[in-house]
Amino acid sequence: MRPRTGTRRDRRSVLPATLVAGLTLLAAGCVPGTDGSQAGPAAGAGSTAVPDPARAGNVTLTVWDQETRGGTNGEIEQLNKEFEKKYPNVRINRVSRSFSDLKTTLKLAISGNNPPDVVQANQGYPDMVSFVQAGLLAPLDTYAGIYDWNTRYPTTLLNLNRVSTDGRRFGTGRLYGISQTGEFVGVYYNKDVLAKAGVKPPETWGEFTASLGTLKKKGELPVQFGNLDKYPAIHTFGVLQDQLGGAQARDTVLGRGRGFDNAYTKDAAATLADWVKKGYLPKGANGLGYDDAAKKFAGGDGAYLITGTWLQADLKKAMDGRLGLIPPPPAKAGTTPMTTGGQGLAWSISSRSKHPEVAAAYLGFITSTHAADVMTEHGVLPALPGRAAARIDPESSEGQMIAGWRRLTAGDGLVPYLDYATPSFYDTTSKALQDLIAGHSDPEKFAASLQKDYGSFMKKQRGGNTAGSK
Amino acid sequence: MTPLRDRYRRRAPGEPRAVGYLYVLPALALYGAFLLYPFGQSVWLSLLHWDGLTQATWAGFGNYTDLFTDPNLRASFVHALVLLLFYAALPVAIGLLLAAVMSRIRVRGMTFFRTVLFLPQVLAMVVVGVAWRSILAPDGLLNDTLKAVGLGSLTRAWLGDYDWALPAVGAVGTWVGTGLCMVLFLAGAQRIPRELYEAARIDGAGAVREFLSVTLPGLRAVIAVALTLTIVAGLRNFDLIYITTSGGPGNSTSVPAYEVYHRAFETNQVGSAAAVGVALTVLIFALTVTVSRLVEGRRS
Repeated sequence: MRPRTGTRRDRRSVLPATLVAGLTLLAAGCVPGTDGSQAGPAAGAGSTAVPDPARAGNVTLTVWDQETRGGTNGEIEQLNKEFEKKYPNVRINRVSRSFSDLKTTLKLAISGNNPPDVVQANQGYPDMVSFVQAGLLAPLDTYAGIYDWNTRYPTTLLNLNRVSTDGRRFGTGRLYGISQTGEFVGVYYNKDVLAKAGVKPPETWGEFTASLGTLKKKGELPVQFGNLDKYPAIHTFGVLQDQLGGAQARDTVLGRGRGFDNAYTKDAAATLADWVKKGYLPKGANGLGYDDAAKKFAGGDGAYLITGTWLQADLKKAMDGRLGLIPPPPAKAGTTPMTTGGQGLAWSISSRSKHPEVAAAYLGFITSTHAADVMTEHGVLPALPGRAAARIDPESSEGQMIAGWRRLTAGDGLVPYLDYATPSFYDTTSKALQDLIAGHSDPEKFAASLQKDYGSFMKKQRGGNTAGSK
Repeated sequence: MTPLRDRYRRRAPGEPRAVGYLYVLPALALYGAFLLYPFGQSVWLSLLHWDGLTQATWAGFGNYTDLFTDPNLRASFVHALVLLLFYAALPVAIGLLLAAVMSRIRVRGMTFFRTVLFLPQVLAMVVVGVAWRSILAPDGLLNDTLKAVGLGSLTRAWLGDYDWALPAVGAVGTWVGTGLCMVLFLAGAQRIPRELYEAARIDGAGAVREFLSVTLPGLRAVIAVALTLTIVAGLRNFDLIYITTSGGPGNSTSVPAYEVYHRAFETNQVGSAAAVGVALTVLIFALTVTVSRLVEGRRS
């Protein structure tokens, strides 16, 4: 069960790593840090030839990833094996950790003396942008041409892996990573519960919101929801906000928008508060765990569940044919839906890798059309669904997921995770949303607290203050 | 004669001699390398603004003044002090009560009860956290029990409630700490001479009088130990918060130890994290010194 947000996904088993990391950190040198000058020559700069790992001699490629779950783990294992078979001179030394373990140790590893060649970097300011600022990642723009990422990937997805040349802005500039998988926050529904209440799966946003009242009257819980882990509300709120001002919200997250002091943000917050008041969301949602809410939904408690595609495989296992999944329905049937979403963590190359060409070939391999089919076979949603995806039963939840993804990417309906907006936005938003849900705040106050964080960060960005920390 | 006697005196057993430092050297070297040096590094880092990667900049005492001006950080220290009530004061009080009762009344299956009460101390905090998270869930064991006995009006989402999340987490700490205190006190009570109890009884003291006049003074040193252990554990408390609430709802259960982790690893504020860590160390040190002076009566 994977919460996917900009900052936090898996919250278990982080202690040992934290201790080790803490000690290493303390043992670091005097005035710590780099000024970014240690960045090696840009990998692949100047060369336009397709890298050929076969001629690289005996190479050990160290890869750090966080694909530890069933589907993604299997897919990476298979692709690694195939890559080694294709190039017998290359050995892949895979270091696989859970998301939070990776997050706590990657910073130290990549800035150490012996960095891994390929790492999975989380998009946004705390990770990818600060790595680029410190000159630790190699730009991949040349490879984007060689492996056709430029033409194959939707612009929105590529932009999320871009950082400006001065290493301060995110969403624009040079490409520092490429993602393998896609993900979006959708509306899961329990076909049995809907049928019992006489509700048809909604095709428009109006039908969806109207069905909530009907379900409530019939004694069903309309939307299952647990926010003890703090981040789930960011996704729910994102969906609500995207219906009212998705395009503007996207600009805001990417640092070129108007911020959060506006009607669509307040209206979305008012809708969320209204759902709580009307009992569309469970009572005491702030005290219910994310996984527990998903389990309840799978057990028939709740007609809808608004969360990411990362839960599809697990929910399907429990519900099978009863499970449906659609992107949040658009205002008018048949038009492009808007929702929070994006892609898996970016695969990046360390600027000090001794084998950038081999690393690039590896990235090309795991993002190829063949890789997409391998992902589909393992039940993973590829960023660019291939031929195997076409063979999935379109009536199944997996088929619905792929169809939804195609609609979203074709129509530019994806809005990045809100917590990408500033380095501290995860804290700000998750706290403000818990306050809103508990009735400790109102839409005005909610929008103001988001805007305060966003405004001060934007001011700092424009001010040219490059101090290492805030 | 005199110089010889002086020399003899200088070598009298128990007199401090320079060679003593040689004996503690190995331990001191380890202590210095793995504790004092890293602590010095932390202090140094706490004077910097550093994101963990790029060049650090000088912060002076900025990170320390933040401890007082940043309402989130201030709140985390207040929460830690409130939690001390649950982590130290209550376990010691309940432990004393249990020890007094258990040493007076012989119950069948005493070993069993002692083991059960001590068990939470043996469990990993992570396990405790996961278990209590499900007990305190909206339809968890606690709410189910309340409903079953007709107290359904009291049920709430304990960990998601702004007023109740902190006491709920604190109660878990009490549950963990009580067993340890009780075992310490039981062991301590056995070292109180039986004659004192006999004398008290001959003087006609009742259970309460006997407890106040004999058991409590006799346990003074052990109480100091128990308080020190529970205070340190309470202030260092990170895992329980991390597992159950991650500081929420809002930031109503954030504690300094959690802020250290959060700032160092999640928001790239290594300097600030180090400052919180140093402040926490100073606070723990001050509290334990106070305890050993006040409770144990140590003067030096």
